[in-house]
Amino acid sequence: MDKKYFPFAIILASFSLLSGCTDMSSTSVRDKVLVYCSEASPQSFNPQLVTSGPTFDASSRQIYNRLVEFEPGGTQLKQSLATHWEISGDGKEYTFYLRKDVTFQTTDQFVPTRHFNADDVLFSFQRQWKKNHPYHRVSPLQFRYFGAMGLNELILNIEKLDIYKVKFTLKNPDAPFLATLAMDFASILSAEYAAHLIRTGQPQLIDNKPVGTGPFQLVRYQPDAFIRYKPHPTYWKGKEKLEGLVFAITPDPSLRFARLIAGECDIMAKPLPIQIDAASQYPGLITLSEAGSNVSFLAMNTTKKPFDQHKVRLAMNYAINKSSILKIVYGGTAEEAINPIPPLIWSYDNKTEPVPYSSLIAKQLLIEAGYPDGFKMDLWAMPVQRTYNPNAIKMAELIQHDLEKVGIKVSIISYEFGTFLEKIKSGEHQAALLGWIGDNGDPDNYFSSTLSCAAARSGNNGAFWCDEKFDSLIQQAGEKSDIDVRTELYLKAQRRFNQQKPWVPIAHARQFILLNKKVNNLQLVPTDGMYFSGVTLSAAEAETPLPGVE
Amino acid sequence: MLTNISRLLINVFSSFFVLTLFTFGLTHFFPDGSSFIYDPSLSTSLFPDVSLTMHQQELGLLEAYINYVTHILSGNFGFSSVRGTPIMDDFVIYFPATIELAAAALLIALVVGLPLGIYAAQHKDKWQDKLIMSGSLIGYSMPIFWWAMLLVLFFSIILGITPVASRIGFEFDIEPITGFMLLDTLLSEKHYALDAFKSALHHLILPAFVLGTVPLAVIARSTRSTMTDVLNADYIRSAKSRGISASKILWKYALRNASIPLLTAMGLQISILLTGSLITETIFSWPGIGKWLLEAVYRRDFAVIHGGILAIASFIIIIHLVLDIFRSFVDPKLRRKQ
Repeated sequence: MDKKYFPFAIILASFSLLSGCTDMSSTSVRDKVLVYCSEASPQSFNPQLVTSGPTFDASSRQIYNRLVEFEPGGTQLKQSLATHWEISGDGKEYTFYLRKDVTFQTTDQFVPTRHFNADDVLFSFQRQWKKNHPYHRVSPLQFRYFGAMGLNELILNIEKLDIYKVKFTLKNPDAPFLATLAMDFASILSAEYAAHLIRTGQPQLIDNKPVGTGPFQLVRYQPDAFIRYKPHPTYWKGKEKLEGLVFAITPDPSLRFARLIAGECDIMAKPLPIQIDAASQYPGLITLSEAGSNVSFLAMNTTKKPFDQHKVRLAMNYAINKSSILKIVYGGTAEEAINPIPPLIWSYDNKTEPVPYSSLIAKQLLIEAGYPDGFKMDLWAMPVQRTYNPNAIKMAELIQHDLEKVGIKVSIISYEFGTFLEKIKSGEHQAALLGWIGDNGDPDNYFSSTLSCAAARSGNNGAFWCDEKFDSLIQQAGEKSDIDVRTELYLKAQRRFNQQKPWVPIAHARQFILLNKKVNNLQLVPTDGMYFSGVTLSAAEAETPLPGVE
Repeated sequence: MLTNISRLLINVFSSFFVLTLFTFGLTHFFPDGSSFIYDPSLSTSLFPDVSLTMHQQELGLLEAYINYVTHILSGNFGFSSVRGTPIMDDFVIYFPATIELAAAALLIALVVGLPLGIYAAQHKDKWQDKLIMSGSLIGYSMPIFWWAMLLVLFFSIILGITPVASRIGFEFDIEPITGFMLLDTLLSEKHYALDAFKSALHHLILPAFVLGTVPLAVIARSTRSTMTDVLNADYIRSAKSRGISASKILWKYALRNASIPLLTAMGLQISILLTGSLITETIFSWPGIGKWLLEAVYRRDFAVIHGGILAIASFIIIIHLVLDIFRSFVDPKLRRKQ
């Protein structure tokens, strides 16, 4: 060979070296590992400490169990670590009978010597409840959810009646209490592990190296890269069929989608509307969707003019064209809201008809209210994408356009999200586009948090609407435990709401997920979370590659 | 030789001094940047030593600075203000990933860029030279994020021959021993260790090529220009006239003399590779230093940003020291100076 061509030979050789290793033959291992492209890193592996969805997905929903849990795919309660329970006649005492022979996970740090019992329940709640508990101050993060649910005041006592029996005593009857115990922050941690960590002088590990009773246990975690789980071999419901579960942390939605198409992920979290459309081109992909437990609404500050007038609020309801909002902002992936709760929540009022879009009626109402020429108003819209509202600014612009037709001049106001929420809480707005995601499937979670007088005082009631009649209805309902009685009260409350119109209810957004056809048994839950227990992968068929883009 | 090295060491110390003075000044005169994060209650208790001592206003300025430098020299760069973990712990996890990627990128740049540059120099002003030089100009001026997306779209999504992102297939659970995935897969005792190694190599190709694109172009261009100079030198002409074979002239006389300016160019490229990894790592979801710092920026984790930048800067200073020493061995002019 002429030496002149030597450089070429090197280039050729290096290229062939690079392309030489493209033949992959590791599908046998891949077939039993489920890869989920998640949207963010968890803040901690302890669900008691945080309020963010990605943390719950990574911790409570795979690693831990609770005393009671929601039915898969729903908000009905079912037994879990508690096999059954008794509620005293006055609704203040809850006695739980605990499941026997439940094992905790064995990890590098810890080998459990006993099964789950009442001590673990006591530890998990007392850590959050008692300020002087040795584990109360271990983490700089606080127990916000516990406080936000009002449990610090509500719980009078938690006692261990015997090794498999625990009694909670409440200050006053609280019907949603059972549903509260099914929430992520009420996960059961191991008291024995906690004691072990105190002895070895590393109590902080309890939040980073979790030990639970759940279907999967943590193997390895690299922040912003991946979380790896393996099945809990002695899980009380039986070992999972998957050999591994990996969360591929991919904050960029386009990259998540690319990974899904390339088969690196089996499931993709939070697709954009455009990707849901694109996914239909790929026969290997499935779109799952589920009505979300959320509501998006325009709250009118009822303490400020002109929204203190009922007729003006009613006029606003007529003046806004909700169907164009549903089409443009949600891309047809949401349903119109009529009540403050979504239809999947029990006690939803089916009888109320939606307010039709009519500028004429709105104009008439404004004349009756004494605003024949309309008025000027501020409309606050948040700058970020939320589950219940993918684009609040766009929504505000559409509303601005609609209201102009009836003579109302709207100026849109937006702040950085944190500041936005603070200012809304202090009531600086005239009207604002807000929303709520229900966490526990109980209607109380919606009514008390967003429309009660207490919420008007705390600022979470964006309409600052404190209606005595409505408030007493939801308070009564909260204290009763009979579901029929409660349903009746909540129906009355919704009618009162619809008569008074403190909001323009806008939409209940659906939630979406994209997944590979080989994933079986995955169920979405309305409270917006991922549970991988029971999910399987069908093998072999997955060999056929996904077709490329034309 | 010794005076040479001691001069280099003085250089290193002075740059380290300026660097720490700068970062110290930032944290000292704008104390506790962590209060910018959303929840101020999170930050204070999470700063056990470094930042606390830095922020102790009652300490004299000099004392505080000495305290600060001592901590840094002992490898204590502070604590993440979001997660509360020592920054050094994170750094040792993410750093090998960046080094692995940068080394692969540099290898590609050298293996491809050097021969291209030599070839272009041999055919100076002919069409081959023009082709290579305009190609390298395109490579040099290409926006990396666009180039990366183009390659991912073509090779990973349309052709499906390279992975989209990350360091290894998720089916492989590899214990981090050295932090270098290629080494760890070989050290692993799992039954799929060899498959895992292939997968890691496979995952490395595209990001390394993307990260190596700019250095490749730079190396090709600077090789060409130094080689053209050298090939026109008198001693090459006299070598030719003595009838020494063309390949011997090229590889023995010319390349060796051209390698000194090349080494300087490469030294600069290493810093660019380390700091420029930010875009490549983000696009390929490569868990390295660049991505780590970017995430810290999103989270307003000022402690990590500060510690991470300090650590990278220190590393680059050390790299340049090593390169300088290496060059003083290669360059006979520097060698004989004493």
